[in-house]
Amino acid sequence: MLDGDPCAILENEYVKPGKGQAFGRVKLRNLKTGRVWERTFKAGEKLDGADVMDYDMEYLYFDGEFYYFMATDGSFEQYPATPEAVGDTKSWLKEQDKYEVTLYNGAPIIVTPPNFVELEVTETDPGLKGDTAQGGSKPATLSTGAMVRVPLFIEIGEVLRIDTRTGEYVSRAKG
Amino acid sequence: MSWQPSIEALASRAQLNGYIRDFFKMRQVMEVETPILSRACVSDASLQALNTNCCNDTSYLQTSPEYPMKRLLAAGSGDIFQICKTFRDGELGARHNPEFTMLEYYRQGFDLKTLMDEVAQLVGDYLQIQHRRDFTYQQALKTYGGLDAFTISDDDLRARVTEFVGSDLVLKRDECLDIIMSHVVEPNLPKDCLVFIYHYPASQAALAKTSRDDQGNDIAKRFELYVKGLELANGYHELTDIHEQATRFDLEQEKSDIEGLPQDQNFLNALEAGLPECSGVAIGLDRILMLKLKAESISKVLAFDMSRA
Repeated sequence: MLDGDPCAILENEYVKPGKGQAFGRVKLRNLKTGRVWERTFKAGEKLDGADVMDYDMEYLYFDGEFYYFMATDGSFEQYPATPEAVGDTKSWLKEQDKYEVTLYNGAPIIVTPPNFVELEVTETDPGLKGDTAQGGSKPATLSTGAMVRVPLFIEIGEVLRIDTRTGEYVSRAKG
Repeated sequence: MSWQPSIEALASRAQLNGYIRDFFKMRQVMEVETPILSRACVSDASLQALNTNCCNDTSYLQTSPEYPMKRLLAAGSGDIFQICKTFRDGELGARHNPEFTMLEYYRQGFDLKTLMDEVAQLVGDYLQIQHRRDFTYQQALKTYGGLDAFTISDDDLRARVTEFVGSDLVLKRDECLDIIMSHVVEPNLPKDCLVFIYHYPASQAALAKTSRDDQGNDIAKRFELYVKGLELANGYHELTDIHEQATRFDLEQEKSDIEGLPQDQNFLNALEAGLPECSGVAIGLDRILMLKLKAESISKVLAFDMSRA
């Protein structure tokens, strides 16, 4: 906890000038805003731990205001996540798929998609027969509304495997 | 493979040790050994000594060989040097390993300037850096930190460091100066030469003599050597006054969070008998190797760093 917000420590560099006091020069990510900043602490200075936990949850639906997730630990408890908490993961949300939801004081603060998701193509230019080996790509819209570049042979209705870290097409999903 | 050391670093270390021994042989400085494990530890409040149990008594691993070497000087050893392992608890990072190798040496009759010249030759010849720049502590903080370390008010100084630390953190004046030094000055020091910073504030004297400079600032006859922003050496025109020494012991004890660290009575007795006028310096050999081998991390120049030791 720092300045009232939960933070994740990304880097901690030990600095100690000559005969002086030791400091930790720490790079932190504010889990609420995603902002990364640097702060120096005296060696041994203590911070309060944040009540932050990661859970596997299944995405249920969007009611126009919140995205609803359900715990998969057997409790079936539902958690509404704000659009800020979902952030860019919105592009990869598919009902019944599992996501990592970070709870802060019991409410979702971050939603992390799995590294790969499988989504259906809802819109793209007609495929070019016999062009499977050639390079070249075209834009395609997925069921979530996300746009990705796909090879020319992909057609509407096909299910694709997407790397959520890069937002890139990987392959056709194995049926 | 994590069981393996870096052979290149090992060979460079052997070569560096040979270079140092030749350097001092030519100057008739005697190599010595003193105990690594000792019954007392140094008074420096900013250093955390590792302790262990030996023959049912608490013993300490040395944080530097300063006290026993001064006992040798007081006993009439003449000029001496030592290459040894030193230990500081909690010091772990790209530039720190809890166990590290130090060269410490003492020259009788040398003042601070003479010792700086010799260190410049020792380190400069090895790293093949001939160019050198000297700054007083005051000049360094003015040039690279934009403040006067001796005249700035406590409030203004505290305001300068809020950029880096939480506003609720209570810091002493010297701790604020340490932050300016490590966060602002060090990264901006000239990179192409040896950089000496000398005449530290008297409050940061440790075991150096103090005096007053031309502008009336109370200064410590202490220097540090930086190369490429990396702190390599810390030297003093050594304090010889037994009464002053006892006062500083008490001051450090007050600063320290740890109660009742044993004072090194043998060391005080040696000072009582008389430490000859001398200057001494401690040089971090692992860091010199880092520069020689262009290593980003101290772990690259150690056979096995703490995570693999």
